[in-house]
Amino acid sequence: MKAGMRRFGAADRRLLPEGRLAGPMPWVIAIMMFLTVLAAAAGLGLGSAAASLNAAVGDRVTVQIMAANPDLREADAGRAAGLLQRLPGVKKVRRLTPGEINRLLEPWLGAGGSEADLPIPAMIDADLGPGGAARLDEVRQALARAVPSARLDRNGDWLGPLGQLISSLEWLAAALVLMMIVATSATVVLAARAALDMHRGTIEVLHLMGSTDLQVARLFQRRIALDALFGGGIGLAAAALVLVLIGTRVSALGSDLIGSARLPIGAWLLLVALPILGVLLAMLVARATILRALGRML
Amino acid sequence: MSGAGTIVQFDNVGLRYGTGAETLSDLSFSLRKGGFYFLTGPSGAGKTSLLRLLYLAQRPSRGLIRLFGEDIVTMPRKRLPGFRRRIGVVFQDFRLVSHLSAYDNVALPLRVAGVEERDLEGPVKEMLSWVGLGHRATARPATLSGGEQQRVAIARAVIARPDILVADEPTGNVDPEMAKRLLHLFDSLNSLGTTVVVATHDLHLISSIGRADMLRLDRGELLDPTGALRNPPRRADS
Repeated sequence: MKAGMRRFGAADRRLLPEGRLAGPMPWVIAIMMFLTVLAAAAGLGLGSAAASLNAAVGDRVTVQIMAANPDLREADAGRAAGLLQRLPGVKKVRRLTPGEINRLLEPWLGAGGSEADLPIPAMIDADLGPGGAARLDEVRQALARAVPSARLDRNGDWLGPLGQLISSLEWLAAALVLMMIVATSATVVLAARAALDMHRGTIEVLHLMGSTDLQVARLFQRRIALDALFGGGIGLAAAALVLVLIGTRVSALGSDLIGSARLPIGAWLLLVALPILGVLLAMLVARATILRALGRML
Repeated sequence: MSGAGTIVQFDNVGLRYGTGAETLSDLSFSLRKGGFYFLTGPSGAGKTSLLRLLYLAQRPSRGLIRLFGEDIVTMPRKRLPGFRRRIGVVFQDFRLVSHLSAYDNVALPLRVAGVEERDLEGPVKEMLSWVGLGHRATARPATLSGGEQQRVAIARAVIARPDILVADEPTGNVDPEMAKRLLHLFDSLNSLGTTVVVATHDLHLISSIGRADMLRLDRGELLDPTGALRNPPRRADS
């Protein structure tokens, strides 16, 4: 083994007293990890919601046939549906049944309200295929030429503000995670410095016996990693409990919009990996802090 | 003055802490490999400062120090651990690691040097027995008397068979019989080639090693600046 590069073994770990190195550090890391996991879960959940909303309605257009005359409306609807099916970029066309339209209007007109002599437009949903969004203007123009009473609305336009809100919240969650990382790193720096001060006498003796900086740093690194693992585990467990509780409440709401903010398996795996990443971060920060401090000693 | 047998060489070495006056001034001397040296002088003369330079706890403010043939003043600090492992130190305040047992304190230099656990148990137990502490191997420093702590410190300093042994008042807290045994230990190590430097006020100790040379410090200056160190001491410094 290369001189000076030997790792201290199990017996040597006693060189630092048993017990936690810097008192509250594991609990501070637990709180940080709790908040980090919640923020990350919020970001991932919102991302999932945005993706599922976009997949569900982002590429859908709705065509309304506004003609007041029912016969003309029916004829225009048939012509518009036929035209849409023929147009390139349109994947699927489906005309809404009177029952579906009634259900849509029920909140405004009440049950059976649409059975009065109101001119209810005919409605056609069309899903755009790949490249369809780029040809939307062509679709709109072709429809306007063939069926002047038709009005085309892109569902994605209605989702725009919601998408922007979700995107902003995602960025906020990412910023929170970043701030937690910075705060955790600062905590580790302070804990490492405190530990160094506490064990300065032992370190000086080790140095004078020929310990290298790396040998000494590894002792602290290991202890800080254990503290971070302890704190990270507690923080993750508490956050997971909160997420499960929130998930139960969301399911009880029965809202498609809120319910779409689900955490896929990959997101859960990422959340579980956060404490491990936290330990690695703590080890790296502790190592850098201690090596820098030791570098100032002779 | 330097030669093939020189293990330590000081040339015009000065040491100043902060902006104060020099603690050590113009020290020029050399120590030969296998020599036995007593460092004497009144309190505040700079003995401990000189020893700190020897065991690489301090770099001088000026001058040149060569250790094992290499300039350690300008040496990068990453190379210092290798040199420190060749030096055993008995600190005046023992500096035992308080939460470690006597056994673990003595084993420390071997562990730092990478000796496997199975290889260090025998030597450590033997060394503890030799200093009369075989039965206190599991005791922590706080439960040991001053003399026992000092013996643990000495066992720790010599366990790795250093090339240089530096001891600051090593017999200050032990009874005369134990002092004699410890000195015999230093003498034995010296016979095996270890250069021994002992800072002491103990006249009996100084006179008991007939072949020893003496370094006398007063107010940070060596009283024999030529390096032709005298043996035995002509008079007792307080």
